Amino acid sequence: MMNRHFAPTLAATALLASTLSACMSPPANLDVSLRHPSAQGRYVVQMEPPATQPAINQIHAWQIKLSSPDGMPVRNARIAVDGGMPQHGHGLPTRPVVSRELAEGTYLLEGMKFSMTGWWEIKLAIDAPQGADKVVFNTVVNNPGARP
Amino acid sequence: MKPPSGLIGRLQVLAGMALACVSAMALLTGFSWTLPGGAAWTAQELAQLRSMSLDQLPAPPHDPSNAVDDNPAAAALGKRLFFDTRMSANQAVACANCHAPEQQFQDGRPVGKGVGTGSRRTMPIAAAAHSPWFFWDGRKDSLWSQALGPLEDAAEHGSNRLRIAKLLQEHYRSEYAALFGPLPDLSGLPDDASPQGDTAERAAWQAMAPQRREQVNRIFANLGKAIAAYERGLQPGESRFDAYVRSLTTNDVTNQQALSAQEVRGLRLFIGKGQCATCHNGPLFTDQHFHNTGVPQRDPAHADRGRFIATAKVQRDEFNCLGKFSDATSQDCQELRFMVSDDPALEAAFKTPSLRNVAQRAPFMHAGQFADLETVIAHYVKSPAAAIGHSELSRPDHVHADRKPIRLSDTEAQDLAAFLRSLNGTVLDNTRNNKANLAASITR
Repeated sequence: MMNRHFAPTLAATALLASTLSACMSPPANLDVSLRHPSAQGRYVVQMEPPATQPAINQIHAWQIKLSSPDGMPVRNARIAVDGGMPQHGHGLPTRPVVSRELAEGTYLLEGMKFSMTGWWEIKLAIDAPQGADKVVFNTVVNNPGARP
Repeated sequence: MKPPSGLIGRLQVLAGMALACVSAMALLTGFSWTLPGGAAWTAQELAQLRSMSLDQLPAPPHDPSNAVDDNPAAAALGKRLFFDTRMSANQAVACANCHAPEQQFQDGRPVGKGVGTGSRRTMPIAAAAHSPWFFWDGRKDSLWSQALGPLEDAAEHGSNRLRIAKLLQEHYRSEYAALFGPLPDLSGLPDDASPQGDTAERAAWQAMAPQRREQVNRIFANLGKAIAAYERGLQPGESRFDAYVRSLTTNDVTNQQALSAQEVRGLRLFIGKGQCATCHNGPLFTDQHFHNTGVPQRDPAHADRGRFIATAKVQRDEFNCLGKFSDATSQDCQELRFMVSDDPALEAAFKTPSLRNVAQRAPFMHAGQFADLETVIAHYVKSPAAAIGHSELSRPDHVHADRKPIRLSDTEAQDLAAFLRSLNGTVLDNTRNNKANLAASITR
């Protein structure tokens, strides 16, 4: 598994992190890849953030590319969005909505906002003809030039 | 198996984190900054401090629902209206009575006092234009719409929109016309009418033809837009904290004395184990969101549910971003369209206030429940259960999985209070094309 391959790097990071408390968040082994199979393997989901990193507290849109495991775009899906900051025990500051399908299997996720830097989870509940499934993405928001 | 992009992404993250830690280590070992607080800041801490510095605050964002929000003539009219007591039922109350310029645009009272006594603390105005939500519960979604609320509130100005429209016609006709076009003819209408007023005012409003009601509503909305244009220019000035952060980033050792050793210790607590920066973050020290932190109810017999019941108010408000008196397109109204409205965590949740100038704004919390900063800090350490809803703070009997209880010694609490006092600065009136201190320039 991948984690074993990178165990030395992880261990080194963990050592440094334990030396410097400020480095302890987010978790050292956080998977921030933006392309995942869904939990039960029904779909492959790719998240596409805006080309320019949005400012803190700036509402923005992502795109979601939904395909079957063999790479075919999945049309007519309904996708519910949830998320938050696991280390702070709060949810998303907005209620984002997957408002429409822009092209075959490409969906528009509107109303995203991150109110502070740090580790955020984006959770999608997907309902399409192939069945219901879920997927969770992690993203770490750095300070791109703070806004209030 | 994860696809290749995930693997690369993870490698990049690990490399980035390792680099950040190594650079932080270099700071600790390569340099030995002797700071007033007794220890150096890590690279990550420095980045966080920079993110809280006033120079990170952009110009106030344009409000697409207010076409005149950047118009100097609108700001000039709004400023006159802000100080005009004739808009109140007793001719004695102006916006500036409670939002007093010489007092950080607030009144120092536990609850506001207009023609009557309100139920919440008067909020300061500086930097309000950066917020997506207004009032402690966020029941308004623009500065101009907010300005309309107190005018018709029975405890504040106690007036009504038709009376105020007629006042504009009598005293501000040309200024209004220059910005918004000629005022419509209001002859034949009663003196007092409003859908928000008392029984007689509501009846008078109902008796008006729909198009005349809309005319009055538009005048009322435009008045709010002028006041908002003035308020938008009120911005916080630099504090000693900002000078300190700048000195760190420029390695200006002399100016590192901008904060005392005690204040630096307090700052370390603020971003560290005090957990203050969880919500009080960014250059205004606020996440602009709503939280229940178990602050006691001012009047337990009439519990204040805060944000939980405010979302419905802003959704149905005729003066919201999506309404007919807004200058925005639906696409511009994203805060309202994507507002969280059904989260149980909003029960008795109130807005995170900015902490700039906080020490000059006692008493504290949404209804002035705490007399001084020390009491506020003691509240967060004590972390009592919420009277209604649930406190987000970890408590001995209800520990959050990912949030530790706030544990501060008496000395640490004093250090933290000392740091908060370093956030004082002047309030600037940027509508005047210069940064002179507003308090010195007001003509009353």
